[in-house]
Amino acid sequence: MFIPGTKTTMSETFGGYLPMILKGMVLTVEVALLSLLLSLMLGILAASARLYGGSVSKTIAGIYTTVIRGIPDLVLMMLIFFGGQILVNKVGDKLGWDYIDIDPFVAGILTIGFIFGAYMGETFRGAIMAVSKGEIEAGHAYGMTSLQVFIHITFPAMIRHAIPGFFNNWLVLVKTTALVSVIGLEDMVFSAKVAGDSLRQPFTFYMLVGFLFLLITAASDLGMRWLERKYSFGEEK
Amino acid sequence: MDFSIILDNLPLLFKGLGLTLQLLIISLIIGFILAVPLAIMAASRNPWLRIPVKVFIYIFRGTPLLIQIFIIYYGLSQFDWLRESVLWVVFKEAYWCAIIAFALNTAAYTAEIFRGAILQTPKGEIEAAEACGMSRFDQYRHIILPSALRRSIPMYGNEVIFMLHATVLAGVITLVDLFGAAKIINSRYYAPFESFISAGLFYLVITFTIVFIFKLAENHFLKHLKR
Repeated sequence: MFIPGTKTTMSETFGGYLPMILKGMVLTVEVALLSLLLSLMLGILAASARLYGGSVSKTIAGIYTTVIRGIPDLVLMMLIFFGGQILVNKVGDKLGWDYIDIDPFVAGILTIGFIFGAYMGETFRGAIMAVSKGEIEAGHAYGMTSLQVFIHITFPAMIRHAIPGFFNNWLVLVKTTALVSVIGLEDMVFSAKVAGDSLRQPFTFYMLVGFLFLLITAASDLGMRWLERKYSFGEEK
Repeated sequence: MDFSIILDNLPLLFKGLGLTLQLLIISLIIGFILAVPLAIMAASRNPWLRIPVKVFIYIFRGTPLLIQIFIIYYGLSQFDWLRESVLWVVFKEAYWCAIIAFALNTAAYTAEIFRGAILQTPKGEIEAAEACGMSRFDQYRHIILPSALRRSIPMYGNEVIFMLHATVLAGVITLVDLFGAAKIINSRYYAPFESFISAGLFYLVITFTIVFIFKLAENHFLKHLKR
């Protein structure tokens, strides 16, 4: 049992709530990584559509990036969470499904992935445009198809240019995951609220979670340095 | 979809819009006033000035604004001495907590933008100022700041849009801003599409307006850098 004033071990320091917070942190990281995956796919799609697509796909990708970047993330999340539920109910009624609950986990990942797909798209578009024309022409001169040029030349060369923007997007994405607590997902912010309210120590627990976010940021920083080193071969210093 | 709900509730949305703009403008002004000295300190060679500011910037940029606002609004109530002090008049109000959190947050981001611009000031300009016998203060006032602030305009425009989108967090701590109004309409009529799409359109229009204003500002202040 926890008795105030007798803080001995680590788990008692946070009134036995530390495991719950750490479980929330795992969920936060899961949401972040899965959203990142979705955003990378959408980003490459959006960048390719804007650079190589016909006028229709160019327009769609242009509207996607502009609208997403013009509307606050939480508004989109609410729209997908509550609106998605109505859509699922309507489709379910027609097809005679049982009631399906929209999971905040899925809604959160879809929204965050969808939002950052737009940012990733812009990062990739800039990075692809920064790949030198000569390399691409050389590829074509060797008789590569456009797809081969993209896979073997443009894509690997683009990654180097995309790393700083990619990393920046990732940091903003990690912080955005805090919003999933608003639609009821039990991430670390949600856990901090539960723990803080029951122990009447909201400050302690929100500070702890803030610190854990800094920890994720710092770990990402190390990851980026490694990536940058890996992809900086052959670059003039 | 039934957008007559929105027409009936337009006054509520416009009231929310008013609060959103008010929160945005007040926090931007306070944030800007804080950011200029912070940026000068962060760009300084003196570690006693530089390191504390860098820590402040790192913490505020490295944690979610939602956490910052929760710490200020919900967290500070943990301290009895604060609840009993005069300061509680400010900290018990969601409105002031939102403004404090927004202002500190934008101050950190803006200071980082200005710091970068200050450090990128061409060496020749500073040498010229020194050759004219300007003091460090005069250099900042007449040479470094006017040039650095101008060059920051495009980045600062992004920050303003970021802050606009961040003001929705006021709606999370019970205030009725544009997002809060949309939330009320949604819970009253269970109309997520109507309420959040309308709110989204409002935000889109403000975003475009801000982009337009900053384009004008860039054309005016950065004419000399245009090619």
